[in-house]
Parts: sequence; structure tokens; C-alpha cells
Amino acid sequence: MSANSLAVETPFRGFLREFAQDRVAVVAFLVLALIVLLALLAPWITPQDPYDLSNLVLMDARRPPGYVGSKGFTHWLGTDSQGRDLYSGILYGLRISLQVGLMAGAIAFGIGASLGTLAGFAGGRVEALIMRIIDLQLSFPAILLALVLSALLGQGKWPLIAALVTAQYAYFARTAHGAASAERSKDYVEAALSTPLSSVRVVFRHVLPNCLPPLIVVATVQVANSIALEATLSFLGLGMPVSEPSLGMLIANGFQYMLSGRYWISIYPGIALIVLIVAINLVGDQIRDQLNPRLKR
Amino acid sequence: MSSPKNSLSKSEPQFSLHNGTTTGVTAPLLQVRDLATEFATRSGVARAVDGVSFNVFAGEIVGLVGESGSGKSVTGYSILGLIDLPGRITKGSVRLEGQELIGMARHQLRTLRGRRIAMVFQDPMSTLNPVLTVFAQMRLAMLAHGRPDDAQMRARALEALGKVGIPDPERRLEAYPHELSGGMRQRVAIAIAFLNQPALVICDEPTTALDVSIQAQILVEMKTLVREAGVSLVWISHDLATVSVLASRLLVMYAGRLIEEGPTAEVLSRPRHPYTQGLIDSLPSRAAPGRDLVQIPGSTPALTSLPSGCAFRERCAHATAICSTAPVQTIESPRTWSCHHPLNTHVAAENDL
Amino acid sequence: MMLVISALVFIGVYAVGNPIDVMISPDVTQEIREQTIRAYGFDLPLWQQYGIFLQRLITGDFGRSFVYNMPVLDLIMSRLPATLEITLIAVVGAALLGVPLGMFAGYAPNSFAARAIMGVSVLGFSVPSFWIGLVLIFVFAVNLGLLPAGGRGETVMLFGVEWSFLTVNGLMHMLLPAVNLALFKLALLIRLARAGTREVMLTDTVRFARAAGESEWTILRHHVLRLIAIPLVTVFGLELGSTLAFAVVTETIFSWPGVGKLIIDSISVLDRPVMVAYLMLVSLLFITINLTVDIAYAALDPRLRARKSS
Repeated sequence: MSANSLAVETPFRGFLREFAQDRVAVVAFLVLALIVLLALLAPWITPQDPYDLSNLVLMDARRPPGYVGSKGFTHWLGTDSQGRDLYSGILYGLRISLQVGLMAGAIAFGIGASLGTLAGFAGGRVEALIMRIIDLQLSFPAILLALVLSALLGQGKWPLIAALVTAQYAYFARTAHGAASAERSKDYVEAALSTPLSSVRVVFRHVLPNCLPPLIVVATVQVANSIALEATLSFLGLGMPVSEPSLGMLIANGFQYMLSGRYWISIYPGIALIVLIVAINLVGDQIRDQLNPRLKR
Repeated sequence: MSSPKNSLSKSEPQFSLHNGTTTGVTAPLLQVRDLATEFATRSGVARAVDGVSFNVFAGEIVGLVGESGSGKSVTGYSILGLIDLPGRITKGSVRLEGQELIGMARHQLRTLRGRRIAMVFQDPMSTLNPVLTVFAQMRLAMLAHGRPDDAQMRARALEALGKVGIPDPERRLEAYPHELSGGMRQRVAIAIAFLNQPALVICDEPTTALDVSIQAQILVEMKTLVREAGVSLVWISHDLATVSVLASRLLVMYAGRLIEEGPTAEVLSRPRHPYTQGLIDSLPSRAAPGRDLVQIPGSTPALTSLPSGCAFRERCAHATAICSTAPVQTIESPRTWSCHHPLNTHVAAENDL
Repeated sequence: MMLVISALVFIGVYAVGNPIDVMISPDVTQEIREQTIRAYGFDLPLWQQYGIFLQRLITGDFGRSFVYNMPVLDLIMSRLPATLEITLIAVVGAALLGVPLGMFAGYAPNSFAARAIMGVSVLGFSVPSFWIGLVLIFVFAVNLGLLPAGGRGETVMLFGVEWSFLTVNGLMHMLLPAVNLALFKLALLIRLARAGTREVMLTDTVRFARAAGESEWTILRHHVLRLIAIPLVTVFGLELGSTLAFAVVTETIFSWPGVGKLIIDSISVLDRPVMVAYLMLVSLLFITINLTVDIAYAALDPRLRARKSS
């Protein structure tokens, strides 16, 4: 196959190669990449900034797709109840979804993995205490927690992220704890601990990398979850403020118009949301399958 | 002793393998001809079984020996048709009591499995279902081949447990597998295999996972059981020592090929194939006290990249240029071997037993 | 445990923001304001309020709703049957449909039907349930006009409680919300059952059963089902809680007058007694569910039973 067959294939390359063999996953990945690209370029490729209220012309409200607005450009996907160009709104909404989802996921990962590894490694009372809290939290549905927190903290991006992180870090913590406990009893850890290295260093440089695969699995699930959760919260009126609508809020705004036939206000943002989440899940599925040792064929 | 050209209808004219135990020209219970099973792996095609042929006659115990990876277990699974993807049987014929098993319809095969031919696996903890009681599992096996009522099934189950030497069988019926010791569990698995009175039982390393003392017990019990029930046994193992106690005939496999065959005593005392000699020499009982154990140099080649010709040639002290061509199977009933430079042939010429 | 939760909930709900502002309009005279404060005990220090709260709790008194001005417990109880109706149907439906479908997908994973099932389950799993609800309304209510778009149907009194499943009209109203609730669990169960079945089919247990001549149906029913039941029940039980949580969303979309809609309304108007009571009851429910799952787990897996007794 390759001329350089003497080169040893690193595990990462092997991973990529196997990934490339599943067509569905590759397509999903490309779609995802496209979405990210569009979201990043949103300020330059949209005709309107949907957050700038002065841009909105009420006369253009609730117009069907293809309508040429009073500003002179075509609303390819129609407008919503406040005159917002849906195409712009969707792209900006995708930005928010990605931002919030990834940030919440990353922070939850960081906090949860650290806590869990610490608990798994330290053992004794520390472990018991931390895990008690984690277990308590895990028996509570994430959405309810996020709901209440969001309601109490008010609207806005950072309160939203805080609510999402609080709802999700526990999953990371539990997985990290399980992996760390298993690793702790292994020989290489004993060996590393007997050297002058501080135990914190041992944890971060030796134990944590080996705990990564299951954590990555959880991460792929949780990022998609964050996005879905954010959308749900926005839909319910919590989360992002009305002036900076995320996809969920756009959908909510259009809900009442569904029955009167102005379906586009809800449907198009909805489709965008679905495509994003499904793409993430498909890519995540493939990553999960590849990391699962028990499915080795 | 030797009646090479057997005129009975069931045996193929070009193969005149002798049963090696008694005089008599009975048809073989199991006839395996040129069986081949492949596995498609990421690094290529692995021929786990590569053209294996042998017979098993009624009432005899045949030992199938080889290292891990030699294809002995896969041979056993292939006979029963238990090969899952990515493996498949690519050619050959397996005849049980005259019926061709390869390519047989699934529901027909099912009526034979457990009833005429059964199998015991290596690790009883993974063989038995941990959430079902012993009796529940035995019931399922019995119901697969008939409709006995509850009382009948209980009676049969108790009898089977008694036969494999389980004390206090009534209590054991309601036990779960994890409540039994390793030896007990394997006895239960053996009992299930014998439950429907099959004619042939294939045992895939059934004592490997057990304590040595339990091993010995079970070996003795198997011998009695086989004799009483008139059942044939194919005993698969990597341990020459245990097999030689039990089997009257030995089949030696290497890298998916059958390289030597013959009565146990003969194979052990005058092996023809260098690999067999290596196996015998590496037995701990053969090592002189205080000396290192003898090992066969090198290691088993990967099944996806076997050397051409004789698969053993890269580890063989007697290998020459001709060994890169496939060795022909030499048949000197009751012995067969596949080697360009067989050992002990001069001895055989002198006193052929 | 409950004590800790009650403390957390109380502090969270009462300490954030000023409860008094919710109930009375800001341009009321100072005197009335102070009167109201005293009447509700808001002038007492927080820990005293908590003490009174606990006291009342023991007698089952969750206080009165600020908005509805009726005892919170009664309020919740009156809305509970509606939620129970759709939740139970959703859960039972998802189990009865999901497990067989998932087992089939795990048994023949490369068949077209199995792949189709898995493809659809990805949707049910990843798509947020509010969106599915919207689509359901769009397709069935708006376009096809088959089913009502919201609200509860006719009710019939049974044991002093109003239920709607006893009338056809009631059932028709219940169908869409129940389906909406069920989809996520259905997708989850299908995926779990498939993964479990696939794993079990490759074990020695199944091989041994096949070697004994047991039929594929027997194997699936007696071996696979019993073996995957353990993780399924565990996850299923834990997900019961999230179903109740998702009822919040579903009830909002379908204007279903259940406990979920109640909490959303309460949150938006900051009707704190209701919030507190809801959260406490939900926590209690959770702890009960977790306990039940633990017991069921031990019942299903005999290996655990032995350890517990020894």
C-alpha cells in the first residue's frame, strides 16, 4: 500500500485510518466540519446581524422563504416573528450552540476528570466523600438540575454554561474515578510512586493519559447532550436572552405559528439543530466503537 | 492387525486409516476429510485448519494435541459447525454416522447437536449461564431434544449428575454456577454434554482451567464414563501428559495441519515428526533434575504468514532445502506423518508393533 | 440524605432573589409590604424559616402556593394523575417495543432491518425531545389532522381521581405526548439491548447452548434475555427519573396539565413553595427508584445475592 511500509503506524494514525473506512462516520465528520466552518464565518457570510435590534424591520416579519426584504437582500429561509432573517439567525444560533456546547463540555470534562481521578487515586475518606456527592448528583436527572439552576441564575451565556457544567461534570467524574481506581492498582503506578516524583505529577502525567479512552467516550456523548440541553433550556425560555437567540429560542418563537402554516420559523432552525446533533452523535458513535476493546473484530 | 484395503462401503478407498485399537473393520463414527477453516483478520487470512483428515471409531478415545494456535480447538468447533464470522469453513467433509455435516440445513444440524455429538468447553465459568440454576440449564438441554415432563427431567438430571461424580445432587440442582467449585462446574458441563446420550463427545481442554488434583480425578471419571456409556471421545489438549493417560490414539497438529498420527504408546516412544519429538522432550517429566527444561526453539508462526512448504521448517533442526515444498503425508498404518525427514523410521523398520 | 437535600433545596430556592417581590407589586405601601412579610415569616432569620419549614414538612404541609393560593401538596396531587398517565404508557410502551427490537438488531446486526432500526434510533436518541414533539404536532395535528394538538381529553372519575385514559377522546389526546416521551427511552433501550445482545451472542455460554442443540429462539429467550436484563433494568430504572424530567418539556409543548407544566410555570413566576415541594418530592422519588433498582439488580443477578447473604 504505502511505499513507506517500514514506518510503524502510530496508534493515532491507525485510529484515523480505521475511522476513514466507515463511510457514514466520514460523511458525518465532513458535515460537522462544514457546520463549524459556517458558524465561524457567520459574521462575514450573513446579510444581517440578528443580535442588533436596530437591524430588524418589523414589516419584514413572518415572511416566507425567498422573500426580498426591505433592506434589499433575499431572505432565503424566511424571517421570524421579529423580522429576523432566519438564515442569519440560524448561523449565529449554531455559533452559540457550538460555543456553549463545547465550552460546557470542556469545563465539565476538566472539573469532572480531575475530581474523579483525584478520588480514584487518593482513596480513603477523600474518595468516599467525593463519590458520595457525585452519586447523589447522578441520581438526579441532568435536565432538572439544569432547569432549576438556569432559572435561579438568570439568563445569559455564562449562567447557562454554569448550569450545564453543573449538570454534567458528574458523568466525567464517575468515569474518571472508575478508570483511576483501576489504574491505581497497576504496577507502573507503584513504580512511578516510588520515584521522587510528586504524586500529583504521577497522576497527571502517567495515570490520566491512560484513563483517557473512556473519558473521550463520555465526552462525545456529553457534547451532543450539552447542545441538546442548551436548546431545550432556550426553548423553555431559560438560557440565552431573547436578544441573542439560540436555536432553541428561534424554535420556540416559531412554535405558535406552526398551526397557522408558517412552519419555516420553527422548522429550519430545528433542522439545523438536528443535523448538528446527529452529526456529532454519528462521529461520536464511530469513535466509541473504535475505542471499545470488547468489539475488536 | 492391519487390513489396509477395507472393503466396507463407508470408508473411502484411498484412505485406509486403521482404528489402531482392535481388529475389526467397522465404519468410522466420525470421518473428517480435508477440513479447512479460515478466519479473515485485519492482517490477512488465517488458515486455522488447513486440510485436516482423520477418523474416530466407536468407543475409542482420540487425543488431539498441539500448541495454542495449532488449530485444534477450531477443528472441534468446525466439526460441530460452531464457527462464527469472520471465520468460515472453506472446504472439506465431516461425516457423522454417515451424514454429511458441512452444508447441512441448520435445523437438521440442531437435531444432531447434543443428541448424537456434543462438546465440552474449556472454561466452565463462561460456559454455564451465571443467572440460571444448574437444573434450569439441564432442562434447556433436555427440552432441545424431546418433551419429557418435569419428573422425568428431574430424574434424568439427577442421574447425570450422579454419573459424573457429584455428591448430593439434589442440592446441586438448585445451585447457581458461581456457588460451585471449578471442578464441580466442569462436571456439570460434562453432565449436560452426556445428558442426551450422544455417540461422540468433543472435549476442548476441559481440565486445563482446573487444579491438577481435580484434573486427575476428572480424567479417571471420564475413562469410566466413556467405557460404561460406550461413547467416543475426542480429547483436545496442549498437555501431552494428560492426553496420553486417556487417549488410545494421538493426533498431533501444528499450524492448522495434522502432522502425525498413531497409537499413543507408539507416538510417544517413537515419534516420527520432529515437532512431536520436541513436544515430548519439553515435558517437565522428561527434564533431568537440576537441568533446564528443553524447549522447541522459536515460536509458532502467525497463521497469516506461514512459511511455504512445511510450517515447522523454521524451527526444525533437520530442515533442508526440500522442506520448502509441502511434505506429503506418509501412511504406514496405523501411523501417518507429514515430514520430509521423519525420525525413528529405521527403528520402525525393525520392530513394527 | 433527605435532610441534606431539603436543606440544599431550601437554601437554593429561598435564598436566591427576594421572594417578597414576586407576590406583591412594587408600588404597594410600605405598611402592606411589612404586613405581608410578617404574615409569611420572611422577617425571621433564614435558619428560623428553615426550622419552621421542616416542622411543617413533618405534618405534610408544604405551605401554600403563592400563585394559586392553595396548599401545595393538594396542588401537586391534583396534577399528578395526568403526568402519571403519559409517563406510564411511555415507559411501558418503550420497554415492550424497545427490548425485542434491540435484541433483534443485536442478533442480526448486519441485516437491513437491523441497520434501519439503529439508524432511526440514532435520531430518537440525539434529537431533543421538544423538537420531536413539534414534528409530531406538525405532522399529525396540523397536516394530517388526525390527533389533537394539545390539552387533555375528557376525564372520568375513578377512585376519586380524574383519569383520561378511560375515554376514547382522552386516549387520543394522550397518544402524542406519550409517544413523545417514549421515543427517547425507546431509542435508548434499543441501543442497549442491541449492544448487550451482540456481546452475549459471542460468549461461550451461547456456543455451549448451541452445541447442546438448543434452538436460536431458546437461546434468545432464556439465555440472552436473562443476561441482558441486568444492565437494562439498571439503566432503565435510572432513566425513569429523567423521563419524569422530560415530562416537563413534553407537557409544555402539548399543554398537558401535569406536574411538569406546573413546575415550569412555577419557575417562571418564582412560586417558591411549589418549587421546593416539587424538588423534594422528586428527590424522594429518585431515592426510592434507586433503592428499587438496587433490589431488582440483586434479584436478577444471583451472584450478588450470595455476596449479600454471606
